[in-house]
Amino acid sequence: MRILIACLSALILGVTAAHAKEEVVAGLSQNMVSINATFVGSEILIFGAVKRETPAPADEPLEVVVVVEGPNVPVTVRKKDKRFGIWVNTDALDIASAPSFYAVSASSTLDGSINILDDLRHLVSVNRAITISDNIFTNIDPTEFTEALIRIRENNGTYRLLENNVTVRQDTLFDTRIALPSNLTEGEYRTRILLTRAGYVAASYETVINVQKVGLERWIYNLAHNQPLIYGLLSLFIAIAAGWGASSIFRFILRG
Amino acid sequence: MQIYLPIAEVSVNAFLLLGLGGIVGILSGMFGVGGGFLMTPLLFFIGIPPAVAVATEANQIVASSFSGVLAHFKRKTVDLRMGLVLLVGGLIGAALGVQLFNTLKAMGQVDLLVKLSYVLFLGIIGGLMFLESLNAIMKTRGGKVVTTRRKHYWVHNLPFKMKFRTSGLYISVIPPILVGVLVGILAAIMGVGGGFIMVPAMIYLLGMPTKVVVGTSLFQIIFVTAFTTLLHATTNYTVDMALAVLLLIGGVVGAQIGARIGVKLKAEQLRILLAIMVLAVCGKLALDLLIQPSELFEIGAGGGH
Repeated sequence: MRILIACLSALILGVTAAHAKEEVVAGLSQNMVSINATFVGSEILIFGAVKRETPAPADEPLEVVVVVEGPNVPVTVRKKDKRFGIWVNTDALDIASAPSFYAVSASSTLDGSINILDDLRHLVSVNRAITISDNIFTNIDPTEFTEALIRIRENNGTYRLLENNVTVRQDTLFDTRIALPSNLTEGEYRTRILLTRAGYVAASYETVINVQKVGLERWIYNLAHNQPLIYGLLSLFIAIAAGWGASSIFRFILRG
Repeated sequence: MQIYLPIAEVSVNAFLLLGLGGIVGILSGMFGVGGGFLMTPLLFFIGIPPAVAVATEANQIVASSFSGVLAHFKRKTVDLRMGLVLLVGGLIGAALGVQLFNTLKAMGQVDLLVKLSYVLFLGIIGGLMFLESLNAIMKTRGGKVVTTRRKHYWVHNLPFKMKFRTSGLYISVIPPILVGVLVGILAAIMGVGGGFIMVPAMIYLLGMPTKVVVGTSLFQIIFVTAFTTLLHATTNYTVDMALAVLLLIGGVVGAQIGARIGVKLKAEQLRILLAIMVLAVCGKLALDLLIQPSELFEIGAGGGH
């Protein structure tokens, strides 16, 4: 038994040692995404190079996987069913944590870039990023609910799988573009770059993109959350003033 | 021109919002309805989160009704006393409605009950108005002049009578207060001004002259929706100032045009147009409930159902 463990650890160490020779050096076109009044989404360019001291292994092709993950929040997924002739919400599943945005960009197919073991270990595929709480008291099948969550978010562009989207040049340089949609939530977007050889993660790099509202957008948002009563009164005042102003101008135009 | 809305957290076309505001504003000015029952579903359709749509719509109705009511004050077609009585009921109703809304939200059935109440109220009111105005038009076509004789309704026998000079009524305050409460509850639950139920109630239940109904309902709507806006702003943080301003700039201009069109049309024509519109919205919502949706699942904010 002890010999077996020793062999295994030697193997693991050996594998890690062989792969530790490569390192990712990466950069982003922007570390901060500012949401202002005319924000229509943004495109992030993620680029980098592989730093290595020994020649690259020729037999194992280099693949790059880039994961951008928005802030995790709890959601409730509800299912409709026909009751008394109309479609109503019947079952619901609470999901403890699901990323508000999730994009995986790979240099080939996702399956071809990373094997199932390292996908699980590094939580790469979107279904690994979703955590279901223990719905102990329900007898519903969570799979169709998480599948629905992913399907809906893929359709509205917040979850993306971008295969063959990372360009790798001469086994050293790589770059990818990931479009951020306009319906972004504020927060820190964890960005990971995984370098794989024969499906195993050889090196990784992690950074953060800050998504923040700025200017008037930030001021309105903060006021609404910190001083809700003042904000509410101000909304009414602005609405009435603008309404009255617009109608006066309109009457003036009609008369003149 | 795309614009990012700070509270709704989505980017939408500013001209689309101005246009929507304008169309709904024309209807608001013509019929004295806040237009919320059209605008709220339209906002869902262009991708505004429902909670934000409902709260912001309340804010927008305040402003569009304000310019509408100014036009009516000038023509002296507002029964202030009746408006105040309706308002007392409306504030009580709005407070009750928000309580009910939160209870239903916790049960995850708020969408269904909102839609069912739309179908029920719009169906009954639209149907009744359509038949009634069709009858009136037929009679006028037949050459007979329709005499508007004041009928003696059962509501006129209740206690606490009050004189409403502008409307030419001497009735109990109980029915208008109850109408106000009902409208307030609906305003809070359905994200509407409630004009579509108040206008028919004033005509058919209270027996008010059609001429003052529009201005008086707008007067009550302003204060009830202002109260609803504040409740939403302080409890759910869902009032989007930028969205409201864009909708109402289109809305107030539309309301002015609508008020001018409204003066030129006959009361029966006005009512039959409103009835057709109410029935159309009702039919669309009923179909949504009856036809199997293409996506059976929906994502809601976390934290219980």
